[in-house]
Amino acid sequence: MVDVPYDGITGIPPAEVPEVELYHPKSWWTQYVFSQDAKVIAIQYSLTASAIGLVALVLSWLMRLQLGFPGTFSFIDANQYLQFITMHGMIMVIYLLTALFLGGFGNYLIPLMVGARDMVFPYVNMLSYWVYLLAVLVLASTFFVPGGPTGAGWTLYPPQAILSGTPGQEWGIVLMLSSLILFIIGFTMGGLNYVVTVLQARTRGMTLMRLPLTVWGIFTATVMALLAFPALFVGSVMLLLDRLLGTSFFMPSLVEMGQLSKYGGGSPLLFQHLFWFFGHPEVYIVALPAFGIVSDLISTHARKNIFGYRMMVWAIVAIGALSFVVWAHHMYVSGMYPYFGFFFATTTLIIAIPTAIKVYNWVLTLWRGNIHLTIPMLFALGFIVTFVNGGLTGLFLGNVVVDVPLSDTMFVVAHFHMVMGVAPIMVVLGAIYHWYPKVTGRMLNNVLGQFHFWVTFLGAYLIFFPMHYLGLLGVPRRYFELGEAAFIPPSAHSLNQFITVVALTVGFAQMVFLFNLAWSLFEGEPSGGNPWRATTLEWQTPETPPGHGNWGKELPVVYRWAYDYSVPGAAEDFIPQNQPPTTGAIQGAAP
Amino acid sequence: MSAVILFLGVIAVIAGWWLSQQRLTAKPWLEAGPIDDFPGTGAMTWPAAKVGLGVFLAVAGSLFTLFISAYSMRMNMADWRTMPVPTVLWFNTGVLVISSVALQWAYVATRRNDIDGAIVGLLAAGGAAITFLAGQLLAWQQLNAAGYFVASNPANAFFYMITAVHGLHLTGGLLALGRTTAKVWHRNAATAEMRLSVELCTIYWHFLLLVWVVLLGLLTGWTNDFVDICRQLLS
Repeated sequence: MVDVPYDGITGIPPAEVPEVELYHPKSWWTQYVFSQDAKVIAIQYSLTASAIGLVALVLSWLMRLQLGFPGTFSFIDANQYLQFITMHGMIMVIYLLTALFLGGFGNYLIPLMVGARDMVFPYVNMLSYWVYLLAVLVLASTFFVPGGPTGAGWTLYPPQAILSGTPGQEWGIVLMLSSLILFIIGFTMGGLNYVVTVLQARTRGMTLMRLPLTVWGIFTATVMALLAFPALFVGSVMLLLDRLLGTSFFMPSLVEMGQLSKYGGGSPLLFQHLFWFFGHPEVYIVALPAFGIVSDLISTHARKNIFGYRMMVWAIVAIGALSFVVWAHHMYVSGMYPYFGFFFATTTLIIAIPTAIKVYNWVLTLWRGNIHLTIPMLFALGFIVTFVNGGLTGLFLGNVVVDVPLSDTMFVVAHFHMVMGVAPIMVVLGAIYHWYPKVTGRMLNNVLGQFHFWVTFLGAYLIFFPMHYLGLLGVPRRYFELGEAAFIPPSAHSLNQFITVVALTVGFAQMVFLFNLAWSLFEGEPSGGNPWRATTLEWQTPETPPGHGNWGKELPVVYRWAYDYSVPGAAEDFIPQNQPPTTGAIQGAAP
Repeated sequence: MSAVILFLGVIAVIAGWWLSQQRLTAKPWLEAGPIDDFPGTGAMTWPAAKVGLGVFLAVAGSLFTLFISAYSMRMNMADWRTMPVPTVLWFNTGVLVISSVALQWAYVATRRNDIDGAIVGLLAAGGAAITFLAGQLLAWQQLNAAGYFVASNPANAFFYMITAVHGLHLTGGLLALGRTTAKVWHRNAATAEMRLSVELCTIYWHFLLLVWVVLLGLLTGWTNDFVDICRQLLS
């Protein structure tokens, strides 16, 4: 590529890109099924993740029915209840959120936002999806094997995960661990693509500091996931060997069903270290893409540049690094060396600093912004409030002395649902409303969207706020039924009924959302290429939905950062990233 | 978990160094217009596949380091009985070294446009790698015959598991090596693509050799003193 001098009058001539590099589908199968186009793979990922996510949603209803009305539903027994909580947790955290943020949004947005034609290794990218699908199918198959899915809890702690008292000990746990191993292999294939595409395939002028924060969030989260998932891989392989070959990596000697088991000498604590070495970064693997996306939603819909862009980038990187040294705050009650707890409480509180910087910057972006209360904006605002709430209870639980009495109560359930359940889901939903017009060329219905947002947002608070109170009362988590306990007043039971009713209502609102997705695909108002008048490159594609290769003949050239909203003196209240900097003669001349 | 923290520390230093080259202190809101080194994007001049391999090695490195972490935590428990080292492992190590050297030879040959030399190097490397895998299976068989079963002691279990994981990585590498050999076989002159393929295989082979040497040191217990010193320093 030659160095083109810039004379300030004409735009930079666009780069001529040879056609040969791009993979071209030749048949219906390779265009829509075994496609190597990142956009198709993104949609495949999103649909698969949503489908298995719906299963997890139904499981949560079943759990709530049991908790709200114990003894009423004869088709739910104690073992099934444990299986429901296990599968609900595992699906939501890994198969839904991780896959949706990185496989779904990552695949769709990275190439478009950095101005690339596709991911750098399209074939590996395609394999990534098919291995992910296989992992999902293996996971789903556990519902149909003898003994059903594992009921070990989503943390799969040994020794109970593979002992005969736990449901799904026969097949469920084996298939669960196999599915996790497959997921990690598939994710690694995809993750290599996301990272290398951001590193190598940015278009001309797209420096790192001109990347939209969405890309920063997904990029950092992918790097973290690539380094953290191996810990789950190691843990899963070792637990699988303990279960299948009778090794004793994690299994201490114990009496099982009245007989001394074949195991001996292993360390359950070792598994917890491995699990949480993955598990805590996982929280931020889900949160960082959400942070990035929400920054872009707020900036676009408040028509204002993001406040403190550099700080936002640094905070993302700092959170990514710090999240690797906080894992043992999940293990305060595990019996590990007590002084570890002190160390991990300190690092946990330190990570609140970059996180708080981000929250302040979102709020300061809103300050005196031209706020449009569109559906994506509503969800973004919902995210900020929810994340702050969930984050604050995190400060409680990060301290050893507060955590110990609250451990394994509903307070913990409320905390992590607010901070890594509801909050990222708010971003997912907001992002779907935001980018649906780009993916389909049509807007989602606004009235249905308003209904969906308000029911979901208010409902989530009605569900999870009371749970904090239940937790403070001492109501334990993972219990099939509470029975008679002196410290649990009758009001706790009626509160549980209330939560169940609200949970079912919120679930219904998601069905309305699904209807909206399907209906708008055919009947939605045509959106045009850039309905939100946004600056980032994905809105500047020549076609909507973007065609194969994204950009037609010429790649865009980037002249500015991603947040030129309401620039004083500019003709419009947004300036696309690929618009050259001079006004007048060449306005709009560049691609 | 200190081994993996150390490893991630190294990764963090590399990432930090790279980020420090990326003008992270730029004020992009003041810098509309072409950037100084236009049309550069700050992207590295390496081919994407090489960067991809680098990232993959970081992932594989993280995986092996985590196995090592688990190993060093588990070996302190009372039931640990160190296993004897099958002599065939020495032979295997030598064969793996030969495999790596042969690939290096092939890499140098492609750079000199010496196709025949490259084919000889690639085939020798592949043959040696297959011999290594066969030797590993032989070691398993010998241990099994001597009564060191996978489940009878955690030291045995770790040995079988870690050698299996290493062997699987090498098997994956053999697939890539096979494709590369086929690519070289049908050509008369070295192309940039061919050089890259051979180079990537070579890097991967050296990485797996390094991993094997570290694992061998750990599994045979020579590094126990070293691990103890590290542990004392850290605690």
